[in-house]
Amino acid sequence: MPISLLWAVDVYGRVYSLSTGGGLWEQCRDAHMEFKRVTAAQQCCWGIACDNNIYLNLHASDLPVRYKEETYENQRWNPVDSFSDRLLPSDRWQWSDVTGLQHHPLDGFLLPSDSWEWEGDWHVDENFEGEPTEKVGWTYAIDFPAYYTKDKKWNSCVRRRRWLRYRRYRSMDTWAKIPPQQTTLPDPFSDISCGGWEINEEPRGRLSLWAVSLQGKVWFREGIYHLNPEGSVWEEVSLPGEVIQISCGPGDLVWAVLWEGQLLVREGVSRDCPKGSSWVTVDSPSPDVGATHVAVGVNVVWALTKDNKVWFRRGINSHNPCGSGWINMVGEMIMINVGLNDQVLAISSEDRAVYFRQGVTSSELSGKTWRAITVPRDGDRSHSSASASSLQSAGIYFCGEVRAQSAVSDVESERGSTDGAAGLVTSSSPESLVDAPTDQPVETPKPHIPKVTSDSFISELVSDREPAKTSREETPPAVLEEEPLALEEDLKDPCAGVAIPPQDPQWCNVDLEEAQIQQTGVVLDSVDTCSLSSVATYTLAMEDPYGADERPLWAWVSGGGCNVDSHSQLNWFNSMNASSLVQSVQSMSLSVSPAQTAAWRRQIFEQLSERTKREMDNFRHYEQAIEQSVWVKKGTMQWWRDWKPYKWIDVHFALEQFSGAEGNKDGILFIYYNFYEEKKYLHAFVNDVTILVPVLNDSKHSFAIYTPERTKQRWPIRLSAATELEMQDWLALLSVSCCDSRGIQGPPSKQAAWSITCKGDIFVSEPSPSLEAMPYPTPCDQMFWRQVGGHLRIVECNSVGIVWGIGYDHTAWVHTGGYGGGFFQGLASSTDNIYTQSDSKSVYIYENQRWNPVTGYTNRGLPTDRYMWSDSSGLHECTKTNMKPPSPQWTWMSDWSVDYSVSGGADRDGWQYAADFPASYHGHKTLKDFVRRRRWARKCKLTTTGPWQEVPPISLSDVTILPCAAQISVDVVPLWAISNKGDVLCRLGVSTLTPAGSSWLHVGTDQSFKSISIGAASQVWAIAKDGSAFYRGSVSAESPAGDSWYHIPSPAKQKLKQVSVGRTSVYTVDENGNLWYRQGVTPSYPQGSSWEHISNNVRKVSVGPLDQVWIIADKVQGSHGLSCGTVCHRLGVQPMEPKGQSWDYGIGGGWDHITVRGNCMEPPRIRLPSLGGLASQSSFPVSTEANGNAVGC
Amino acid sequence: MADDKDVLRDVWFGRIPTCFLLNQDEVTEREAEPYYLLLPRVSYLTLVTDKVKKHFHKVIRTDDAEEMWFEYEGTPLKWHYPIGVLFDLHASNTVLPWSITVHFKNFPERDLLHCPSHSVIEAHFMSSIKEADALKHKSQVVNDMQKKDHKQLWMGLQNDKFDQFWAMNRKLMEYPTEDGGFRFIPFRIYQTLSDRPFIQKQFRPVSPEGHVHTLGDLLKEVYPVALPTEGGPKRFQVVIHGIEPLLETPLQWLSEHLSHPDSFLHICVIPVPSD
Repeated sequence: MPISLLWAVDVYGRVYSLSTGGGLWEQCRDAHMEFKRVTAAQQCCWGIACDNNIYLNLHASDLPVRYKEETYENQRWNPVDSFSDRLLPSDRWQWSDVTGLQHHPLDGFLLPSDSWEWEGDWHVDENFEGEPTEKVGWTYAIDFPAYYTKDKKWNSCVRRRRWLRYRRYRSMDTWAKIPPQQTTLPDPFSDISCGGWEINEEPRGRLSLWAVSLQGKVWFREGIYHLNPEGSVWEEVSLPGEVIQISCGPGDLVWAVLWEGQLLVREGVSRDCPKGSSWVTVDSPSPDVGATHVAVGVNVVWALTKDNKVWFRRGINSHNPCGSGWINMVGEMIMINVGLNDQVLAISSEDRAVYFRQGVTSSELSGKTWRAITVPRDGDRSHSSASASSLQSAGIYFCGEVRAQSAVSDVESERGSTDGAAGLVTSSSPESLVDAPTDQPVETPKPHIPKVTSDSFISELVSDREPAKTSREETPPAVLEEEPLALEEDLKDPCAGVAIPPQDPQWCNVDLEEAQIQQTGVVLDSVDTCSLSSVATYTLAMEDPYGADERPLWAWVSGGGCNVDSHSQLNWFNSMNASSLVQSVQSMSLSVSPAQTAAWRRQIFEQLSERTKREMDNFRHYEQAIEQSVWVKKGTMQWWRDWKPYKWIDVHFALEQFSGAEGNKDGILFIYYNFYEEKKYLHAFVNDVTILVPVLNDSKHSFAIYTPERTKQRWPIRLSAATELEMQDWLALLSVSCCDSRGIQGPPSKQAAWSITCKGDIFVSEPSPSLEAMPYPTPCDQMFWRQVGGHLRIVECNSVGIVWGIGYDHTAWVHTGGYGGGFFQGLASSTDNIYTQSDSKSVYIYENQRWNPVTGYTNRGLPTDRYMWSDSSGLHECTKTNMKPPSPQWTWMSDWSVDYSVSGGADRDGWQYAADFPASYHGHKTLKDFVRRRRWARKCKLTTTGPWQEVPPISLSDVTILPCAAQISVDVVPLWAISNKGDVLCRLGVSTLTPAGSSWLHVGTDQSFKSISIGAASQVWAIAKDGSAFYRGSVSAESPAGDSWYHIPSPAKQKLKQVSVGRTSVYTVDENGNLWYRQGVTPSYPQGSSWEHISNNVRKVSVGPLDQVWIIADKVQGSHGLSCGTVCHRLGVQPMEPKGQSWDYGIGGGWDHITVRGNCMEPPRIRLPSLGGLASQSSFPVSTEANGNAVGC
Repeated sequence: MADDKDVLRDVWFGRIPTCFLLNQDEVTEREAEPYYLLLPRVSYLTLVTDKVKKHFHKVIRTDDAEEMWFEYEGTPLKWHYPIGVLFDLHASNTVLPWSITVHFKNFPERDLLHCPSHSVIEAHFMSSIKEADALKHKSQVVNDMQKKDHKQLWMGLQNDKFDQFWAMNRKLMEYPTEDGGFRFIPFRIYQTLSDRPFIQKQFRPVSPEGHVHTLGDLLKEVYPVALPTEGGPKRFQVVIHGIEPLLETPLQWLSEHLSHPDSFLHICVIPVPSD
């Protein structure tokens, strides 16, 4: 799971974030002012600052927010001027939008706010429907509005071209003010809540933002999405009462609290109407005590009442946003928030700590217990080390002249306020700003945070308290070691903290009302208005050097961007309380020297090898006490028998292992079965097995064993174990056994070929040097494949050992260099380098309906019709209830929902129409349509382990790594990728030491891309979503992103979908399964001249650094059947004949992806006997000698 | 980079070159040749010395032969301690091969247990594993295993099958990540200078405050004498599998990697050689 952030505001208005991977509250240094409230989504955080403006903090990403502005230039032909901007009076504007109705002159485009900047100047779009226009972008037509073509014809009377300009959002990772509206809002905002990203993912990054004003009105921000992060306009939402607080969940739940203590539920929130339509009132949980606060998630509602009690709403679901009743929960809280995955966070009324609700799962939404988040803040650490400042503060207690001293310090504070190290000093100004606004709606007991306005008063106060203090603080913490002790003492003493209810009666005199008024003036710039009041408060802070700083007092928390669930491993609770700071520092220093390199471990490794030398090296001729013998493991399984009728039959299975001739282990596996009451067996030599493939489905835990012979037949030995565990045990054992017999151990080599099955299982094969040999390469059905843990859709590698993968959920992963994981545990797996990996995908079913004249569309079909709930083919019945996740490894993570993003389009309810089943569907009903269908999707999730580490945060759809030749060592390896939104990205800082690289460089394009490949000479080819190819010019080490795109037309009438570039060869695959070779590519003309058809039935291609060509092919004939998804190798590829001659068939079917871009091993030169004689003797004079030596050894 | 799994292999395949000599007092028909063997450190004397017995039976009158037992420099060797422990305890810092005297008479009933068959060793071995698992997992893992799984552990040791043994033993070495280690570390501390056979106590891998316990912490708690005094000369060696791990080595790691097949961490505390 990627690292995400939990946001919180403390009572002093400082904003902090806590990473799910970290253990420290980090202060948001950028915030120039204090904040009252924040609300977070995964991509951004919104806040209300003390100036009552709303600010947006959009998290920086390597993918810029680029908004494409476009306008059309229109021209008409006349006999005099030819084409000119002289248009007819009835024509459109000379500069217009695509429809021609809006006037859009180039200079009419303005940046929407200060947060935007232009990326470049206006330019003409030369690309027209996947083809270059070659006429500076002009497209021609008979008249406006009409069908445009890129060719000028005799009757072309008008022409137009598109101009483009990009603007870029620049205020990333900083608090940017949302521009105030033209019509200023009547009163400032007091509460804010964002959510709604799950109800509609179109347009991308869409958010609902709700706000409450001080007068109790509710506002909805329109038009927020990825390319318009600020939104466009505030719209007032009518209300039955005055609202004090509102909460919007990720889905369709929106609840608000009324001033009178009841709650409001928004109804009618939907995909088409994220704003909802009406309010329903729900009574406060407790009849006497009104509700003060509400928090909603996807399926949960939590509320607080004035007496700080916590309530959980029963019976909330997608049909009933109001729920059915309240349950009182343990704990007393003043603020509560529901984060992602319905996880709950709250701030306790007692100690103002942030609590995390543990044990919240989809089946137990109310969770189990509250657990305090006890990590320190980043300021804490610097403070605890700043012994000087604590010495100074200790000194103040003894100086007697408190006022004078503090006044001096205050001057310092003005100078030093920018100095982050002075933790105490910086804390002073926020203190003066802490005020009721944070607390007002939640009705927290106000006297908790005293406000002092008169310095004479404070000096009086301090002098009063001084004697008592002195006795307690007798020993100044002069030595650093003693500091934690003092700190502990402070924590034990409840009086110590500033915000703890003071027992000194004088504190009650503090005038809260006055403070509030004062506050409005102070807010904006505390340094400028550094009045007496701040002097006074500063003194207060000095008086209690630890209280405020050592124990955070939180006012607000938002988990909307914090992706944790009940399985997450969090370091938030490790330190028992703030006093264990020292311990957390210690643990950090431990992590600085990783366990791998720890002295104790080195010592053990060294001593063990010394021991071997001492005790064994001179005694190797001694007899071993224990003789090696055969080891047999037996079991019962089911076997898919080889003859008709095919069925599962019970068999006994045995694996016999023994030491082979050269000391490596070998074995045989036996399958004993009964044939007409006669006992028979089938066997396979372990060193003959080429691959073990797990085939999990919901009914059988089976796996397939292939040998070269079985691969040719397309008919493996299929076995099924009784339980999944048993299957995994066998697979792990057989796998180890196969690897042992071939002497393969440890991580995959840099040259390894990687492949992925349609189930997402990852396999790796060590290429033999003769794999690419001419004329007799190793047959590719003899390649041995072993499984590596993890789950991926795409894997790409190169010959220096950099391997990247992309999951089904588009998450990017980098190979850690380990092996094993998944069910390969213990010895078949490396101990470090294995991490948890999760992946998710959607399962689809179709709801089918037929129209009849009486009732319209119903689920009553004709007797000949398909099932009313079916798979996409309609042949199998698939209902919401009987549909299971793809295998036991997968679990559901959501409920069924209508999928609107189907090809062909869909109407508002997701329906697609057609004349009859099966037919092509379209998204709107016509008179000829008698059937309709809609697709339902349900997400499922798989969690496994493997040698993969996530490369957050950008999701990818394709990746490619420069294939290096064997001799060349490169420092920085070029790596390009396509984001899952179609952006082209170039990864910086990728090297063998840092295979994950450091950051993405965005490469601008005018359209979305789907495939990319980089060749050995840095030639970058890419395929756009419209199926055309592009070549990127001038890519080099100095200019890793190149300079411009060259549009390469695709083969006639074909849309390309994938590209792979080797040393010089460029191959593409189109959507109809054709494989194309690019002709005429030369170093001086890298774009080449034309496409040449090579083969059909191709699904994917991988071209390696030797220009070797491997594909995944469909429809490969075997003796027992046809297979789809087969690994094939192009034979006869030579430098002078890069297209090769024929295909050699390897493992399959069910394969989805292969990469051979790691294999740069030049095949051994085969010397034909006739060429021997002199030449061979002279060129290899040493070889015989070496052989002689080898024999002598 | 060396991997932790290499440690498991090194531990398993540790061998002590041994020279078996027949006791002078035994009546022989002809002179007995010494017998040389590489003994697995992790196994048991009586489990791996069938060849020795066969060798010497050739020269003594079989009628006279009673149960075979071993002695090193006057100390009868307890077969129920792993061979490596016996060596580290009694014979480390001596010249190799290790000279063991073989006896067929005068079985020292006070010092040694009888070992009439391999099944006695198996019973002893399995009971150690069960005892260790009781400490590590409240016996949950070992009880979940089937009879054949137990057999696999034993057969692995008996036949020196590392893979076979570890395929099963890894289950005994697992623990919930949130616990940070076993419930208690199964260990035994041996010393030469005491009548007490060994020290065994309940000791957790992680302190209640969350500190990782080290070998030094363990010794400080149960056998502080073994630790070097501040400023003073080192008096004792703390030896596991013939090596001296640093005192800051985490105990949990030691238990996972340097335990004997019986799941116990056998620690020998021996005086530093005087020279």
